[in-house]
Amino acid sequence: MRPRAKSKVVAAALISAVAGGAAVYLNLGNRGLPAYAQALPTHQPPPANHAGVVVQLCDGVTTTEVKGLKPGEQMTHSQALEVSRELMAEWQRKHPDRHWVMAQSKTPATTATAAPSGAGPSGSQGTAGPGAGAVQPRSQQGDTYASFHDRDYMVWQAETDAFVEQGNKIFHSATLLGGTIGVSCDMCHPDASNTHPETYPKYQAQLQRVALLRDMIDWCIENPVKGKTLDPNDPKLRALEAYILAQRKGVPLAYGKH
Amino acid sequence: MAARHTSVETKYYADRDRVLKKLRNCDRRTFLKLSAATMGAALAKGLMPPHTFQLVDVARAAVEKGWDSTGAQGSPPFRFAYISDAHLYERTLNQRFVRAIVKAVDDVNALDPQPDFVLYGGDLAQLGSPAQLEMGRQILSGLKAPVKMMVGEHDWFLDMGEKWQEMFGAPTYSFDWKGIHAVVLMSVYEKDFWTARKMTPEQRMQTVAGLDNAVQSRFEVGEQQREWLKNDLAKVPTTTPILIFSHSPLYKYYRNWNFWTEDADEVQAILKPYDKVTVIHAHTHQMLFNRIGNINFYGVLSTAWPWPYAPEGLPPLTVQMNRADPFDQFDGCGDGQFTARADGLVDTIYNLWDRNPVTVKADYLISHGSVDQPPAPQFASY
Repeated sequence: MRPRAKSKVVAAALISAVAGGAAVYLNLGNRGLPAYAQALPTHQPPPANHAGVVVQLCDGVTTTEVKGLKPGEQMTHSQALEVSRELMAEWQRKHPDRHWVMAQSKTPATTATAAPSGAGPSGSQGTAGPGAGAVQPRSQQGDTYASFHDRDYMVWQAETDAFVEQGNKIFHSATLLGGTIGVSCDMCHPDASNTHPETYPKYQAQLQRVALLRDMIDWCIENPVKGKTLDPNDPKLRALEAYILAQRKGVPLAYGKH
Repeated sequence: MAARHTSVETKYYADRDRVLKKLRNCDRRTFLKLSAATMGAALAKGLMPPHTFQLVDVARAAVEKGWDSTGAQGSPPFRFAYISDAHLYERTLNQRFVRAIVKAVDDVNALDPQPDFVLYGGDLAQLGSPAQLEMGRQILSGLKAPVKMMVGEHDWFLDMGEKWQEMFGAPTYSFDWKGIHAVVLMSVYEKDFWTARKMTPEQRMQTVAGLDNAVQSRFEVGEQQREWLKNDLAKVPTTTPILIFSHSPLYKYYRNWNFWTEDADEVQAILKPYDKVTVIHAHTHQMLFNRIGNINFYGVLSTAWPWPYAPEGLPPLTVQMNRADPFDQFDGCGDGQFTARADGLVDTIYNLWDRNPVTVKADYLISHGSVDQPPAPQFASY
């Protein structure tokens, strides 16, 4: 609820230009904290060596410097093209065995049976059966994003479950919540019942404004729990949200519902 | 919440303070005008202050009806009140729950005529410590009417009931009252889940205190106590009205939260031969009523906090109470009273704080919902 300008997280675009030292990054001193309490990883580009601007690839590692460009200044179109060419070339040099495949550039090889020649580049002719692409079960369209294995999905699930479990612990502990009168969330909301996260955002008459789930979590922490409200980016608040949402799996979203 | 957003309550109290400040300085003529207007407004809304007068009226009406419908052959009707599930922490830690039980004691003391007795429904303490139980006893000693104590799991699992029994005696007992045979049970025994896990008494207590953990066992009356109940009832004719008090519901509502008694079916079987049986239970912190076979069940309110309805297993006869307003400490909480009719069945009044009281009559349960339906809620539970 409160404006927290100092902890703004900068979203990474495909190639995000980051003026050396100009952006503020979270640094909460993660060492020794449990996983849920650690801040999101950030990628700090190296400082500029030639008084230019360092540009980073979305892998968070590969960088190049645009010489002569001052922080805050726009690149020209040709400069931008050159930067992306350089970054991709560098990435390919470091990963000779991997192929960066653009989704649009590769039409499935199985469209041969389909309609008239001169088909568009989309490759989305509907007649090609799903069995045709059976050679690449996880990557029918040949893109990297979809090229993951079962093991990846298991790891992701385990990570997600661990996050939810941290929320579970906080939800059930007045101490972890920072409460001062021995009251924890589960005392009124066993299994997160009656928290109805699917109904937010909604107009909360008592606050006379539209509220999000996190606003109500904070309200509860401040009032019945008698603790201190958590910043929207506080790992504890994030974990609580994760736990509460996880208890409502399969419930249709119904924002604004009372 | 950011300080710049003033809640409805804060605004209400600010307005109220402003009016009261003006009132103190008003002259006689203005005062008379104001009181006439206030009385008019109260009458127009059907509210005769203080609120508790309403309850007494309803209760008297029920008592009179009892006399009329069953004539002289029954026992004299009587009334008893209840206070339940206060979940007290030490006063230094938590004033909120202390305020609530004190409010309930005031409610009951304000009843005129006074109830025959007050049932305390269990969970006097939150974590079963001697200090919590002592404070609870001290607060309950302020009641004018005699108190019947029942034990709850929050009172028991720190020292396995040692302190509670030292203070209040045996947790299982029976008594006769104006033609009714009443039994107080200890329905929250649990099979040992702590020894194998090497839990300390505090850890055991903390585990039982939580609703939504799969670690603890289910509540049970236990074989020994069921035998005791059989023997106790053997002396009573089957035409005598029976009143059972148990902390947990003596039926199976929702297992995951221990809204449940594992050997409920066996206990119900013991009660089966009797014509008129009422079970009054605590633990579920909500308006809750049921009828199974010959038994009427009423769940009672908590003073500390309301519990949401469980996601499944709710008895079809139960009319849910409105979802509680989280911004009001007392909403969804309260106390209440029971009126024993001349035939020995009981009606109840849920005295929900900051809401209209809700009456649930035995006839509603006996008729399986076709008469005397309680008002429907506006906001159902999620």
